[in-house]
Amino acid sequence: MWVGLSLWLMVPPVVSAQNAPNSCLDCHQQLDPPLQVTPESWMGSIHQQKGLSCISCHGGDPSSTDPAEAMSPARGFRGHLSRRDIPKLCADCHSRAEYMRRFNPSLRTDQYAQYLTSTHGKLLEHGDQRVAVCTDCHGVHDIRAPTDPRSPVYPLNVARTCARCHADAAYMKPYHIPTDQFASYTASVHYQQLVNAGDLSAPTCVTCHGSHGAVPPGVTSVVNVCSTCHVFQAQLFERSPHRAAFEQMQLPGCVTCHGNHRIVHPTDTFVGTGSESVCVRCHAPGDPGYNAAATIAAHLSQLVTDIDRSAQLLNQAARSGVEVSEAQLELGQARDALMKARVAVHSFDVTTVDQNIQAGLEITRRTYRAGLDALAELRYRRRGLAVSLVTIACVLAGLWLWIRRSHSLSHAKED
Amino acid sequence: MRKLRSLRHWFYERLGGEAVFSFLRKKKVPLHRYSAWYFLGGITLFLFCIQVATGILLLLYYRPTPEEAFESVRYITAQVPFGWLVRSIHAWAANLMILFLLAHMFSVAFLRAYRRPRELTWLSGVVLLALVLTFGFSGYLLPWNTLAFFATTVGTNLIGQIPWVGHWLMVFLRGGQDVTGATLTRFFALHVALLPALATGFLLLHLFLVQIFGISLPPSIEAEWEAQPERRKEIAFFPDFMARELMAWYVALGLLGTLAAFRPWSLGTKADPFAPAPAGIRPEWYFMFVFQTLKILPAYIGPLTGEAVGVMAFGLAALLWALLPFFDRQAQGRRARWMTGVILFALGYISAMTLYGYWAAR
Repeated sequence: MWVGLSLWLMVPPVVSAQNAPNSCLDCHQQLDPPLQVTPESWMGSIHQQKGLSCISCHGGDPSSTDPAEAMSPARGFRGHLSRRDIPKLCADCHSRAEYMRRFNPSLRTDQYAQYLTSTHGKLLEHGDQRVAVCTDCHGVHDIRAPTDPRSPVYPLNVARTCARCHADAAYMKPYHIPTDQFASYTASVHYQQLVNAGDLSAPTCVTCHGSHGAVPPGVTSVVNVCSTCHVFQAQLFERSPHRAAFEQMQLPGCVTCHGNHRIVHPTDTFVGTGSESVCVRCHAPGDPGYNAAATIAAHLSQLVTDIDRSAQLLNQAARSGVEVSEAQLELGQARDALMKARVAVHSFDVTTVDQNIQAGLEITRRTYRAGLDALAELRYRRRGLAVSLVTIACVLAGLWLWIRRSHSLSHAKED
Repeated sequence: MRKLRSLRHWFYERLGGEAVFSFLRKKKVPLHRYSAWYFLGGITLFLFCIQVATGILLLLYYRPTPEEAFESVRYITAQVPFGWLVRSIHAWAANLMILFLLAHMFSVAFLRAYRRPRELTWLSGVVLLALVLTFGFSGYLLPWNTLAFFATTVGTNLIGQIPWVGHWLMVFLRGGQDVTGATLTRFFALHVALLPALATGFLLLHLFLVQIFGISLPPSIEAEWEAQPERRKEIAFFPDFMARELMAWYVALGLLGTLAAFRPWSLGTKADPFAPAPAGIRPEWYFMFVFQTLKILPAYIGPLTGEAVGVMAFGLAALLWALLPFFDRQAQGRRARWMTGVILFALGYISAMTLYGYWAAR
């Protein structure tokens, strides 16, 4: 039966779905959920737009209005599909490159193969039908392209889709894994970047875990996941003493300090020996790592302070009308040096970090000097103005006295 | 000291000093309760001279191309010794000159100084007003910053609204369909060559006419002095009135210096022709009343666009204003109250729409 159905499915529908009679939809739109399928949801489906119809998945005869005929097994009707059969059913089309290329030549066709390697796929194979199958994420009768903002797998919607199960503590109880991932993720800088800044390239669940082949990244491979975006940090980490140490202690790189789901925007307090520092979780006072952390933190703090000091001075000069745009532009380079120093922290080496710190400090020294010069220029201008105004006042006084004298002389003449 | 005196006498003899100074000594200025208004023309002239002097200094460093204009102004402001002062004085003096010119024009209007035989003096003054406003419009683009670029785009768009000749005039002014480097070159040529030549000619005519007809007496003062000749008071133009005028000039100079030191003219950001116009773009204050009027006009008035009707209306108003002396026939010896009303309306409208423009932009 399966071979027959597969062979039958290989034949493209002769009649376009838009024009063919569809007794399935005619009846099912009048039913109550979960049997209800509305024309609005079906017409929005990418399957419908590409010419597929109800029989593509369910079989049967949509030209007949007699339910017995329309839903007859003799006409190929398969009825309600079991969750266990859904991935294979979808794969009957979506795994066949020669079939899928007529719709979208660049669409991947390895989703089913990936799914079988995923935690969801493996549990399904072992008979657990509570795990996610294709329809749980993509929809059923209203499947939309992943690039459609209304699709549950559009980047902005992925986390919420995963959270339908993974944030449900009661549903996830048999699996003994945390259910706070969504709550943690929504507090993260990645979520802020995705949702608030609208950056669709910001990571969501599938970026790190995979989509069809979803598994949690392993302890040793999580750095590879982060390094797909955070390249420099990963390279520095790989060459740092932490790499071997973390491997030995079975600690995951990146995640040990930054967390996995609740990854917040790191501040300079992450580094050093303060109460918020991650370094003190492992390093004790006196050990080389503790001292290096303290030095790096102190140098970073010095550069930040110097940048702020220069910026304040230059802003004061600019507000007073002195032209300091070149110095302000140069100060931007100091901010770049600070950013590079913060990246260089992942080398956990004072010398490497200091290369950028010193470059930044050199710039702040120059820009601070420029700010002082600008304020000196301002004072010079004000002094010059005072001298000019005094001179003008003297001239005015002289003219006024001359006018008075001239006026009294002319009065005396008249008398 | 003796050598200085003999040097002065040498030039005095060869430059017609006798003729000039005897004329200046004979020239009289009436002294009455409205005499203070007589200083405004002189202050405007003084500010024009400041503009010429600072303009020449700026010309030594300014480069009129889109690639270098902004940078050259920044260089003048940041690197050239006292460049900041020259540039700020030039910018502030431009605004003050227009302010004093408008004050001078309205004082002449209210005091009826345009009456026969001074109609040509008034007309030459109106031409000077148009030239000065064109100075302001053309000079505003030269720093090639964002505000200047978009203000010029909006301003030349409005010129394009004039029926029949508007589009041609706009393309001629811009040197193309859009505001580009060609516009900058044209405005630079206008600002440093054509306009100064025209302004000098009309200024000399204006001053010549003022000299030969003397200072006008307001109708009310004329009537008073006719009735009571003993109340007639006059001072010599030179040196008495000149001394007082000099005081006003020095006050204006002090004001310019203070403005330049405490409120230096900002550089802005370099113009980017591909960027959208900044929100709330508006012209300088002396064009604000025109801009605001055109903003509140409906999109269409009959078959014509609101802007075209507005531009034509302002053109007509300017023409009627220029012909003011020819309407005020009744003011010979008597004040025509309706004319006072017209002048008050013009002043009130300009002031109110200017203030409204700034209030609406908040």
